[in-house]
Amino acid sequence: MVAPANNAVDRLLAVLPTRGEGGASFAEMGFPTTRDEDWRFTSVAPIAELEFTAAEADAAAKLEGCIFSEIAGPQLVFVNGHFSNELSGVGELPEGMEIGNLASAAFKPCEAEDAFGALNAASFTDGSRVRVADGVCFETPIRVYYLSTGGDGATANIRNHITLGANSKATILESWTGADAAYFNNTITELSIGDNAQLEHVKFQDESTAAFHVAGLHATMGRDCRVAHHSIALGGRIARNNIRARLDGTGIEAVLNGLYLPRGKQLIDHHMVVDHLQPHCDSHEYFNGILDDHARAVFHGRIHVHKGADKTDAKQTNKNLLLSDNATVNTKPQLEIYADDVKCTHGATIGQMNAEQIFYLRARGLDEEAARRMIMHAFAGEIIARIGCPPAREELDRLVWDRLEDK
Amino acid sequence: MLEIKNLKAGVEGTEILKGIDLIINAGEVHAIMGPNGSGKSTLAQVLAGRAAFEVAEGSVTYKGHDLLELAPEVRVREGLFLAFQYPVEIPGVNTTYFLRAAVNAVREHHGEAALNAVDFLKLMREKIELLQLDEALLKRSVNEGFSGGEKKRAEILQMALLNPTMAVLDETDSGLDIDALKVVANGVNTLKRADNAQLIITHYQRLLDYIVPDFVHVLYDGRIVKSGGKELALELEEKGYDWITNGELQTA
Ligand SMILES: Nc1ncnc2c1ncn2[C@@H]1O[C@H](COP(=O)(O)OP(=O)(O)OP(=O)(O)O)[C@@H](O)[C@H]1O
Ligand SMILES: [Mg+2]
Repeated sequence: MVAPANNAVDRLLAVLPTRGEGGASFAEMGFPTTRDEDWRFTSVAPIAELEFTAAEADAAAKLEGCIFSEIAGPQLVFVNGHFSNELSGVGELPEGMEIGNLASAAFKPCEAEDAFGALNAASFTDGSRVRVADGVCFETPIRVYYLSTGGDGATANIRNHITLGANSKATILESWTGADAAYFNNTITELSIGDNAQLEHVKFQDESTAAFHVAGLHATMGRDCRVAHHSIALGGRIARNNIRARLDGTGIEAVLNGLYLPRGKQLIDHHMVVDHLQPHCDSHEYFNGILDDHARAVFHGRIHVHKGADKTDAKQTNKNLLLSDNATVNTKPQLEIYADDVKCTHGATIGQMNAEQIFYLRARGLDEEAARRMIMHAFAGEIIARIGCPPAREELDRLVWDRLEDK
Repeated sequence: MLEIKNLKAGVEGTEILKGIDLIINAGEVHAIMGPNGSGKSTLAQVLAGRAAFEVAEGSVTYKGHDLLELAPEVRVREGLFLAFQYPVEIPGVNTTYFLRAAVNAVREHHGEAALNAVDFLKLMREKIELLQLDEALLKRSVNEGFSGGEKKRAEILQMALLNPTMAVLDETDSGLDIDALKVVANGVNTLKRADNAQLIITHYQRLLDYIVPDFVHVLYDGRIVKSGGKELALELEEKGYDWITNGELQTA
């Protein structure tokens, strides 16, 4: 049964628990439509048509076959948005380090920018909570797994809160996977990064290709911090990533990477806004996509260099490789500059395999198929190579490669 | 080794090569000179198998086979190598990885075992020494951000690794300073054997001081309008192409 979108809000609120005024604020905003500039190329109608249920805890869920399993160290596991004590394990932590679930702590969500944010704030069940005290350098990657075992329409709202104190360091590896069903994950991650702290955050999104994934990443950054976020997006029928980075201190280095590989009828959308508020910050955004079949991708990247953010160095590229004539990309890299003496570049490409490159490789003895694969691997490898954490990088490289091979 | 007969080729109906005849035997070095746009690179690319150029007429026989029937990769595996005038950049493909894949593709074609990473590195170190290439370049993406000279030396490195029987060098000397030119020429000369041949495309006589050709041909408007010994290159350097092309027009 296809239910009209306008009562989707009511149907959601009828099945999900809400806190405070959240439900009302979500109802007021309503689902975005393609008339909203920020959602012009991504219709959420298929989400609104779901027969929503509240995703429930599942004690039978297993972690088997998940990525990053060779990496030792703390792991948090959430099944359908509920913390799994059985599957999680944190172990000994240094003084000043906390790793756990959010529901067991007091937390006030940041302001919602759209209906999905409002829904999440009103209805999140749980999510990860990581706190690294000032000066603590935690070298072991922290792994967080989000499993979905629910059926069609099972809706989970997940909220993560990561706080790094001044001069601290951490690596977080997220994995999103699920059963083959049209479930819906709506998640918000708040990152608060202190002065001179270092964070590497890898998000591996490999949801079911029938599922819906709407995610927001809100990062606030202190002076001289170094932050790298990598969005490796493989799954989802519709997967939307809102990435918001506020560079509100001098000397920040922010790297935002993305690799998306939609095929079939998938749509993967990255919507990024980077605000440069202070001078002497660098931000580099590299997003590559490889699209097959009838897949679609959307890239929206806005770099906003505010007044006073002089000496900003911002680079933004979005490159797309189309393996099929039926795949489409809407890309819109944007720069808005209100400061002086800045170095900003941006660009986007959409194209088929480059015939000159293929000929060059063939003229060196590789057959056409090997040449095509090498170029495709390069395209993905360019992004993966930027991941700093070696075991994560190597495993993702293999996994992405296998995925591209089995077409 | 290579026999080109009445070769006509072009793109989308425009004829660029208008009937080329050329025979190259083992042990010979041939040079092709000619003004910009005369079709030198087109000839080189047709020999290497670039599909963008359509062959309308004529034949090319290489080691007794119909070369035009062979896929580009089979041509190079069979020893016909082209050093590109404009080597192609391939971001994201590691140079060492690429070179090993190329070497192993050729080895496998000849029924030889693929080289593992260690053996390949040994082979490569030998060759980069010959060409005085910085090993750091090999860790970068294929040709990406290489200087003009580095690209040309990388082409000769590939040639050295693939050890061709018929090498076509398309302006490998252009853009090189005299020291780099000597290095490249020395590399090319080292690869010279009695059973292989070289076809050198160049604009400059100075290269031919280092790689001495047995024959020099002038390509003009898609045809070889004059052939001679190495002294022809000197004459061209002195008088330019006009004296030939004018003569050609008069006799035509
Ligand atoms: N892909 C192409 N499409 C259309 N015209 C082409 C193409 N490639 C070459 N040509 C044309 O064919 C002619 C010969 O070009 P070619 O590159 O073979 O010249 P060349 O002798 O190598 O010149 P140069 O000395 O400048 O390298 C030129 O007029 C060129 O514009
Ligand atoms: Mg040329």
